Amino acid sequence: MITVCRIEDLPPGESIRVTDGVPAPVAVFHTEEGEFYAIDDTCTHQDASLSDGWLEGCFVECPLHTAFFDLRDGRPTCPPAKYPVRTHQVSVQDGYVLLGVAVAEPA
Amino acid sequence: MRSITVVGASLAGLYTARALRTQGFDGRLVIVGDENHQPYDRPPLSKDFLTGAADQGQLALTDTDETAELYAEWYLGTSATGLDTAGGAVLLDGDRSLDTDAVVIATGASPRLLPGQEPVESAEPADPAGTGVHTLRTLDDAQALRDDLARGPAQVVVIGGGFIGSEVASSCSVLGHDVTVVEAAPLPLVPQLGEEMARVCAGLHADHGVTLVTGTGVAGLQCGGREGRVTGVELSDGRLLPADVVVVGIGVRPNTGWLEGSGVPLDDGVLCDAGCVTALPNVVAVGDVARVDGSRSEHWTSATEQATVAAQNILAGSTVARHGSLPYFWSDQYGVRIQFAGRRLPTDTPRIVEGSAEDRSFLACYDRDGETTAVIAVNRPRPFMRKRRELMRAMQPVTT
Repeated sequence: MITVCRIEDLPPGESIRVTDGVPAPVAVFHTEEGEFYAIDDTCTHQDASLSDGWLEGCFVECPLHTAFFDLRDGRPTCPPAKYPVRTHQVSVQDGYVLLGVAVAEPA
Repeated sequence: MRSITVVGASLAGLYTARALRTQGFDGRLVIVGDENHQPYDRPPLSKDFLTGAADQGQLALTDTDETAELYAEWYLGTSATGLDTAGGAVLLDGDRSLDTDAVVIATGASPRLLPGQEPVESAEPADPAGTGVHTLRTLDDAQALRDDLARGPAQVVVIGGGFIGSEVASSCSVLGHDVTVVEAAPLPLVPQLGEEMARVCAGLHADHGVTLVTGTGVAGLQCGGREGRVTGVELSDGRLLPADVVVVGIGVRPNTGWLEGSGVPLDDGVLCDAGCVTALPNVVAVGDVARVDGSRSEHWTSATEQATVAAQNILAGSTVARHGSLPYFWSDQYGVRIQFAGRRLPTDTPRIVEGSAEDRSFLACYDRDGETTAVIAVNRPRPFMRKRRELMRAMQPVTT
């Protein structure tokens, strides 16, 4: 597991981009509902960083082309994105947000 | 409504076709496109496609499954030559015609040319007889330019310092070419961004070793090379810029020629109401060709939004939905992402709210009477997204 940040550094509604210790950048989200999710940061459609996207419930909207991804399974809900992003494990321990990067193929 | 013909097989046409199906249209759907390609995304043509970071396959807007689901008849490589509104038919090249109950006009726009410049007739890739003079709109245009740039280090002159010109200049400089941008106005992008922000964007060229020549037009091209290839650009002030490759990026004209005399009102675009409906309730227009409620937008996001609205209205037979969203566009150049949203008047003054112009990383709000009307960000995507959302929420809700 990779230590991402202290929990207070990722308040609800916020996201953070992780680049150290991961094969490809990962976006970690803390939703308004208090859930943590992590997905590949780069939109499968074109070069845009999903951690810069708009968080709405457990969906994130790509900042460029307004494709939505479901943070729970990484699937896009509408064009132009066609392929899912990978999801990763997030946990909270002792006040820190921890990330476990999946090596599996996208859902 | 038994049949709908979509004329134009790019972003706006494809998205309207999709929206028609999503909204329950199960009749005959015909898509006519003058290019020989399946629908593809144009924004990367001046950026990753030109530098070789992206290939044709990555530009596709559909895949085989989606195309099959659309259940449409495709006429690609086919130009519409006229619209017979009385008889209910779209006329095609080769004296063909398609009977149809309704028409979606999505024919886009074509690059403006220099006086005397010949339009390029889909030149063969790497055609040695090519003149070295390019415009950039289609995949074939981009491929021809990419091939030309691959011939070796070149002196590239980009005519026009707007977004396309700047992106092409950036891509050419990434590829190691010697690049000069010529802009007729004293400063590029002033109408879009206002003087202060336009100055920041213009500074990006110098940051990356690209020369920006402003305040002079182009008097002509010197084409004295082998096979009539371009050798230089003559400026109106008498200067001569040596050039191996010239890219003309001086704006576009909406493709409305085929509609002359059809009865569909035209004025620098197809005139339609806020719901993309023309004077005829069964003819709608979307994308770059459409003058929606008095303004013509040449942006990706508005094309996709108009598609949904137009589909709704054509199926309803009258304007039941209106396109009223916040204009939004972006440009990637020199590794910098510029994003803009809102409707600014020339008198709305920008105020940097975070970051700094010197660092090429900031967020600025345009204000009018204490209210923010538009927002621009340079390499600040996250706060930009927030501000854009705030502006969208502040807009009047769209009534149907």
